[in-house]
Amino acid sequence: MTAIATPLGSTLDYDALVIGGGVMGCSTALHLARGGMRVALVDRGALCREASGVNAGTLTLHMTRAALVPYAMRAWQMWMDSDKWLGMGVLATQAPGLTLAFTPGECELLTLRAQARREQGAPIEIISPERARQIEPGLHPGLLMAGYCEIDGYASAYLTGRAMAYALKNAGVDIFENCPAESIDSGDSGHVVHFAGSQAPLRARRIVLAGGVWIENMLAMLGVQIPIKVLINQLVITERTRPVMRSVLSVANGLLSLKQFANGTVLIGGGWQGDGSRDEGGIEARPQNLVGNMRLAAYAVPALVEARVARVWLGLEAETADALPIIGDVPGVANAYVVGSAHSGYTSGPFMGRIMAQHMLGQTPDLPIFNPARLMGMPMPIA
Amino acid sequence: MINPADSSALRKIDLLVMGAGPAGARAALRAKASGLSVVLVDENNDAGGQVWRPLPDGFGRLPGIVAPVEARDGDALRHELRQAGVLCLFGHKVWNVGSNLRTDVISPEGSVSWLPSALLVATGTTERVIPFAGWTAPGVMGLAAATILLKSQNMLPGRRTLVVGCGPLLLAVANGILKAGGEVAAVIDLASRMDWLRTLSALRARPDLLWQGMRWQANLRLAGVPMLYRHGIESVVATQAGFDARVQPVDATGAPVDGAGRVFSVDAVTVGHGLVPGTDVTRLLRARHYYSADIGGWVAESDEMGRTSVPGLFVAGDGAGVAGAAAAGAHGELAALACAHDLGRVSQQNYALERTGLLAQRKQPARFGRAMAGLMALREGAVAAIKPETVVCRCEDVTRAEIDAAAKEGACDLNQLKAWTRCGMGPCQGRTCGDVVGALLALNVGSRESVGYFTGRAPLRPVSLAEVAGQYTYADIPIPKAAPL
Repeated sequence: MTAIATPLGSTLDYDALVIGGGVMGCSTALHLARGGMRVALVDRGALCREASGVNAGTLTLHMTRAALVPYAMRAWQMWMDSDKWLGMGVLATQAPGLTLAFTPGECELLTLRAQARREQGAPIEIISPERARQIEPGLHPGLLMAGYCEIDGYASAYLTGRAMAYALKNAGVDIFENCPAESIDSGDSGHVVHFAGSQAPLRARRIVLAGGVWIENMLAMLGVQIPIKVLINQLVITERTRPVMRSVLSVANGLLSLKQFANGTVLIGGGWQGDGSRDEGGIEARPQNLVGNMRLAAYAVPALVEARVARVWLGLEAETADALPIIGDVPGVANAYVVGSAHSGYTSGPFMGRIMAQHMLGQTPDLPIFNPARLMGMPMPIA
Repeated sequence: MINPADSSALRKIDLLVMGAGPAGARAALRAKASGLSVVLVDENNDAGGQVWRPLPDGFGRLPGIVAPVEARDGDALRHELRQAGVLCLFGHKVWNVGSNLRTDVISPEGSVSWLPSALLVATGTTERVIPFAGWTAPGVMGLAAATILLKSQNMLPGRRTLVVGCGPLLLAVANGILKAGGEVAAVIDLASRMDWLRTLSALRARPDLLWQGMRWQANLRLAGVPMLYRHGIESVVATQAGFDARVQPVDATGAPVDGAGRVFSVDAVTVGHGLVPGTDVTRLLRARHYYSADIGGWVAESDEMGRTSVPGLFVAGDGAGVAGAAAAGAHGELAALACAHDLGRVSQQNYALERTGLLAQRKQPARFGRAMAGLMALREGAVAAIKPETVVCRCEDVTRAEIDAAAKEGACDLNQLKAWTRCGMGPCQGRTCGDVVGALLALNVGSRESVGYFTGRAPLRPVSLAEVAGQYTYADIPIPKAAPL
């Protein structure tokens, strides 16, 4: 980090520059712009083409960390209303959410986890297999118990970038795609962000680091070390198939997400791990995990066996040492902020961007933010 | 059942050849002769590929009838593979390849995984069709599809067929139809007579093939089939009896120009605007690719021996860049030789010697094939002329207008366009439309290089959950530890 020799004052390009065009970066930029700031958003690639565009689109409380349930509930409503506040929808659809237990051990886990989330306000109830089959007739007959939540559903995550781009342009945010930030010079009066390639440096009073799993690298540009774990999640989509389900399904330990979209395709996810890295991205599925994930899906809804897989891909999910988000001031660097690394970050993403912007605009956030300083020097637990 | 989850079930081998057309089959023969353990995999029921397509199971050739030269060549190749004892897995579908080259195959008996030291991809090409009104109607099919009907089952595409597009397949299909007793309404060729004449010097490299082409031309003239050069198809409209197909004059880029169009009443249209190399495997394995319109579009970078940028991964035949069937065999053998060399199974001296011989063997037919590939190169004017309401991605019903709208909203590369429109998300995963959509987006935002190509992902062919999951109980599912609460 180098101090800037000359005061930036009159030469500032922007009030705020957001680095990272995923759902949190986009939402932050949008809310800042609507709060009156001149805002730029930069991404090394195209908007929402990493985790924010390739995730399973599950909008559920069943898989959200208990402490984040209040955030996810507000964000869920934002997704359902996305055509109103973005001007363009992402096919957000409400559907009943079920978490399944097939063994006594899973029943115990399910009860425990439903209880913890209920205490945070998630309207999850434990229901009998009979009731579960009324909601979802295609379930496996071996079902022992289910958790049920009516606040659940899904979006088509691949549409996120298009909707965000539309809203950001309408809000006057300058978008710079394919501009990888390479270094940041920070001083009292602001920051200069330098890019690889032909893009000239951009100057801004404030910067926001919103780079998902790459937040670790971005913080390092400011001399701050916070470890971010990288999850390489596998996803599977089928061809269009006859209607086989109408709910969003998970299992007790959270390692399944399953839904059928209106177009007939079925998305199988849940966080089974593939191979890849922060530097190389998602490289390939692990065969044993691919087989495992498909077996679990076809076990939950037996009719799925006839569906044909059209595509398998991977998305990178970030996780901090305590598996809670980092949303707030970058420790020790004036006018630098960070937003990201929320578990199930897509579900809660738009709300996380809103509270980040509220904090930066000097307003009281709707819910408390998550001070990154707590993670300074904390070791990353072994996965 | 053996499944890829069980690493002990991996079958190790020196070379796995994917695709049993001229390139793949000759590669397998050469590898076998060099002492490599080799397996040849193809989803068809026998070797031959598209050019030497095998007959369906249970079909035979009538005695006393002289088989066409391609059938004879194909039968000879199939015989040679059997004589040589090459391990052939026909009716097997490769659905995934890992970065260690682990190849997951769905066989009639279930899922099997092979672990070759080297993988040769000889998967040929996909036909390109530049969309026009009515191109998705039943009865409108590719030149390649018509070829399959004619070669493998002696079926006609229709009673009276319009043959449309560009390149040598026009003549091959039109002749096949005549020979099988059908009527060809006309041959509509984007190329001009001059375009064909310009290839003559290259065509002289293979007098036999040149002669075949001239015979085809003569047959069509004799049958009174109109040949409309510098013409393209504008639309196909269904009528009670079949179709009214409207054709129109075009310029050198394939763009429509003023002039009298013609309407042909037919009951089938076969259309093909060139061949696009199949790069599914090389994209999946993140090999480096480059764009070259003259050899079909995006292809994996490879040296003259077929080595790609990924260690152990080879390409040969038209999938490595269109050069024609006649050149594919030597290309396959070169790749097999390189593979044997890289695995330390052939002496430096023999490598150099055989390499020189094979390169010489490939030179003339490749010259011929490249000239033909040039005739089949994408013509941008024809792409620019696609009408807004015409469906371009037929799996997902995405129109030209929707693609243009997404480009105007800011979609600047092919993968972003896909996310914004679903173009390329269907069962074919962009194999059918990818090249044309890339060209359309490039018209909006710049070069083909900046637009890029669809990211390659598994499965290489759709596979059912049943095929992947196999037989299992709940206890067989290795459920990972719980996500954080």
